Amino acid sequence: MRYRLGVDVGNTNTDCVLLDSDGRLMAKVKRSVTADISASIREAVGAVLALAGVPPADIGYAMLGTTQVTNAILERRRLARVGLLRIGAPATEAVDPLADWPEDLRRVVLRRAHTVRGGHEYDGRPISPLDEDAIRRFVETARDDISSLAVVSVFSPVRHEHELWVRQLVQSIDPELPVSLSHEIGSVGFLERESATVLNAAVAQAARRAALAFQEALGAAGIEARSYLSQNDGTLMSVEYGLRYPIRTVACGPTNSMRGAAFLSGVDDAVVVDIGGTSTDIGALRGGYPLESAAAVEFGGMRTNFRMPDLVSLGLGGGSRVRAGPEGVRIGPDSVGYELERTAQVFGGDTLTLTDIAVRRGVCSIGTRQAAVGAELADAAYDAFIKAVADGVERMRLTPDPLPLILVGGASVLLPDRIGDSPQVIRPEHFDVANAVGAALAEVSGHSDRVYSLAGRGREQVLAQAVAAAEADAIRAGADPDGLEVREVDELPIAYLPGDSIRVRAVVAGRLRREGP
Amino acid sequence: MTRRIAPEDLHALALGASILGAGGGGDPYIGRMMAEKSLRTYGPVSVLDVDDVPEGASVIAVSGVGAPTVFHEKIPSGREPAAAVRRLAAHIGVRAFAVCPAELGGVNSMVPLVAAAELGVPVVDADGMGRAFPGVFMETFHIYGLPGTPACFANEHGDLVLLDRLRDNYAYEWLARGVTTRFGGHAFVADYPMSGRDLRRTAIRGTLRLALDIGRSLLAAQAGHRDPALAIGAAAERGGYGRGLRLFTGKVVDVLRRTTDGFARGAITIQGSGEDQGSALRIDFQNENLLAVRDGRPICMVPDLVCVLDAVNGLPIPTERLRYGYRVTVLGIPVPAIMRTPEALGVWGPRAFGYDLDYHPLSEI
Repeated sequence: MRYRLGVDVGNTNTDCVLLDSDGRLMAKVKRSVTADISASIREAVGAVLALAGVPPADIGYAMLGTTQVTNAILERRRLARVGLLRIGAPATEAVDPLADWPEDLRRVVLRRAHTVRGGHEYDGRPISPLDEDAIRRFVETARDDISSLAVVSVFSPVRHEHELWVRQLVQSIDPELPVSLSHEIGSVGFLERESATVLNAAVAQAARRAALAFQEALGAAGIEARSYLSQNDGTLMSVEYGLRYPIRTVACGPTNSMRGAAFLSGVDDAVVVDIGGTSTDIGALRGGYPLESAAAVEFGGMRTNFRMPDLVSLGLGGGSRVRAGPEGVRIGPDSVGYELERTAQVFGGDTLTLTDIAVRRGVCSIGTRQAAVGAELADAAYDAFIKAVADGVERMRLTPDPLPLILVGGASVLLPDRIGDSPQVIRPEHFDVANAVGAALAEVSGHSDRVYSLAGRGREQVLAQAVAAAEADAIRAGADPDGLEVREVDELPIAYLPGDSIRVRAVVAGRLRREGP
Repeated sequence: MTRRIAPEDLHALALGASILGAGGGGDPYIGRMMAEKSLRTYGPVSVLDVDDVPEGASVIAVSGVGAPTVFHEKIPSGREPAAAVRRLAAHIGVRAFAVCPAELGGVNSMVPLVAAAELGVPVVDADGMGRAFPGVFMETFHIYGLPGTPACFANEHGDLVLLDRLRDNYAYEWLARGVTTRFGGHAFVADYPMSGRDLRRTAIRGTLRLALDIGRSLLAAQAGHRDPALAIGAAAERGGYGRGLRLFTGKVVDVLRRTTDGFARGAITIQGSGEDQGSALRIDFQNENLLAVRDGRPICMVPDLVCVLDAVNGLPIPTERLRYGYRVTVLGIPVPAIMRTPEALGVWGPRAFGYDLDYHPLSEI
C-alpha cells in the first residue's frame, strides 16, 4: 500500500493529510506554524501517521505546498544577493534594471547589474553579436559579491541561445552559482520577465530552506518517500527541479485549495471561494485546474509575467475586524488572525470580527457567547461581506452560464447557502484542509511558452515543437514519460507584427514517475 | 497651470493619456519608465502654449510607431527620439525650437518628453490626434495640409532612415511601415516638420495639459471617494473638449476578438445595470474603441472618445484586457471642433473605418 502525504505550510497553520492510493483521505491534522517550520512539519506528520495507524515506510510520495517563498519576498527576508545580466545593448538601456521595484526590495536583492550586447529581434535575427568577453568579465568580477545570477536576453522566448551560453560559461567558472534564465521563467514582455527572473534568483535560499526543512522532517519521521513541491498551476515538481524554479511556487497556496476543492467535491468546472482567517481567494476551475491569468500580474508591488492563477483576492476572512464608521461599516483589511479564539467576542474577547457577525446572524454557531452587536450593524456588515464575495464570484465567471460554487477554507462556514445567482453551493467534506489535499494530488506538468516564426514551416510543425518542449519540461520535473497528456495548446497571434509570428503556449501533464529505474 | 513636467507628474499624465487612448494607444507603462529616467537625467521639461511658439520657429513632431509587443520586449536605448529629431532638423537645416506630440493617447504621450529632455527644448501643449489612432496620416497636421516628410526614423543602434519628398502622406504611411518592419517591428520617428505658423493652424491645442488634468482629477476623485467618471468628464470640458457623459453602466457579457492585418478587431457587449437595466451596449473596436451602439442605436462614434472605465475605481481598461464579468462605466467624450470638420471626418470619421454611418457628434445624440 502506497500512501501520499500532503503538507501545507501556511501563515498560521501547518495542515497535513494522508491519502491512500485511491485518493481517500485517511487522516488530517492542523498545527500552528512556529519559527522552526521543520518542527511543526515533523509534529503534524507524526500526528497524522499516528492517527491513521500507517507505518512511515508505507508512504510513497510526500508533497509540500508552502507560502515560505512568498513570505521571503513580502517580508524581504532570506533573499539572495542577485547579479543581473541583461543581454540586448544598445536596446534596453532606456529603463534601468528593476526601476519599478519597491526601493527597499531592490536594495536588498540587487548587488550587481550589467547590460551587454547581444539578444534577438522578434524574428530571431540577432540585435548584435553576443559580447562574450564582457559577460566573462562580469561573471568573474561579480561572483564574490553575489549568491545567485539572473540572465535576461531580449526576445529569449523566441531564441534562447544567448541565455544558454551564459549558463554554460558559469558552469565552467563557478558551478556552485545558481543561474536563473529568463526564458525558463516568463514570456514576452521584457521588464516583467526580468522581474520574475530576478525574483526567482532571489528566493533560491528561501526555497532551499523550506525544502530542507521538509526533507528533514520526513527523515526524522522515518519516511523515505519521493518528495515534491507544489507549483502555481496546481501540479507538482520534484524538489530538485523545484529548487531551480522556486518562483513557480509563490501562488501554490490558493491553487492547492482550488485543486483540493475540485477533488473533494468531484466537480471540475466551478468557481471556488477559499476563505481563511485573513483573506479570501476566488478563482475559476476549468477541468479541475485553476484558470491562469493571461496578463501581467502584480506581485508584491511588482509587475511580473510568470504563470499565476487568475484570482480575485479580498482582504476578508473569519478574523477580519468589523468597525462602524461615519461612512458605513468597514470590514478588514486587518485581521486578528490566529488569535481569533482569544480575541473574538464569541470567544469572550472584545474585538468584533466577521465571525461574530456571522454567528449573530445565525449562519453558524461558533464560540461560547453572542457578540454585543446590534442587528442593524450585523445586517449591514454581513450584507457587505456577501456582496463582496458575490461580486468576486461574478468576476471570475467566464461565461454567462452560472457555475456551481465550491466553498473551502476554515472560515467558509461563515458563508450562506445561497450566493448571488449560483445554482448550487457545494461544501465538500474536509473543506478545512482542501489546501493540503490539493498538495497531495499527484500530477506533474510541463510548460512551454515561446514565440515561433511560421516562415519556412507549417503551423502543425510549430505546434508539435511546442508540445515537445512542454513534454521535455514535464519529464525534467519528474513526470512519467509514458502517458503524458496535452492539456492545453493556445495560439496567441501577436498584433502589428509583420510576417507570421505566433506565440504558442503548451501545457502537458502526466503521472509521477514510479520509483526504481 | 503646469509650466514644467517633472517625474512626479508622469503617473497622472500616463493615466490621462490612457483615457485619451480610448482603449488603445498602447500601455504607457514602459514609456513612463523611459520618461522618468530622462527627466531624472536631464531635468524637467518646460511646456509651451501653441501661441508662445514664434511664427517662424521650427517645431517637429515625435512618436513611436509599430508593434507594442516589440516595444514591450525590445526596450529602446532611450536615445532614439532625440536622435531622430536632431537628424531631421539637421537635414532641413533648422534648429528645433520645440517638439510636439504626434499622439497624446497612450504611450506616445511619453515619447516627446524623452526627446525634449535630452534635447533641452520645450514640449508644445498640443498634438495631432487628440486621442489614439493607428496611422501616421491620421493627424490634424496631415488633414490641414502639412506633408509628413521629410521624416527621420531611428532605432537603438543609432541607425537613421530619412524619408524625403514622398508624393503624399499615404505613400509616407506605406514606406513607414516598411522601415518599421526592417527595424524589428518598432521604431521612433520625427516627422511633420512645421513652422510656428503651421502649428497654430493645424494642432489640437492644450491636449498635454488636458491629459495631465484628467489624470489628476481621476486620482483626486479616487482619494476623495468621489465619482471618477464625473471628474474625468468635467476635466475634459475644462481642457477644451466637450463635457464627458456617462453613456452606460453594466457588466461585460461578451468579448469577440480577432487579429487581422495587424489590427486587433472585435466587439464587446455590456449588459446594463442600475438605470441601464434591461439595455445592452455594444462597443466595436479596432485597436481603439470606435463605436458605441445602445440597443441597436449608435450613440457615440469616432472621433468622439468611447472610454471603458472600471466601474469601481474609474481606471481606464484597455481593450485587450476586457473580459467577461468586468463591471464597467462607459464614458463618451466629445472631441473639439478641429477634429470634427468634414476634412477631419474624411480621415477618421466612421466611414474611414468602414462603417456605413454618418458622423453624429455625441452632443447631438
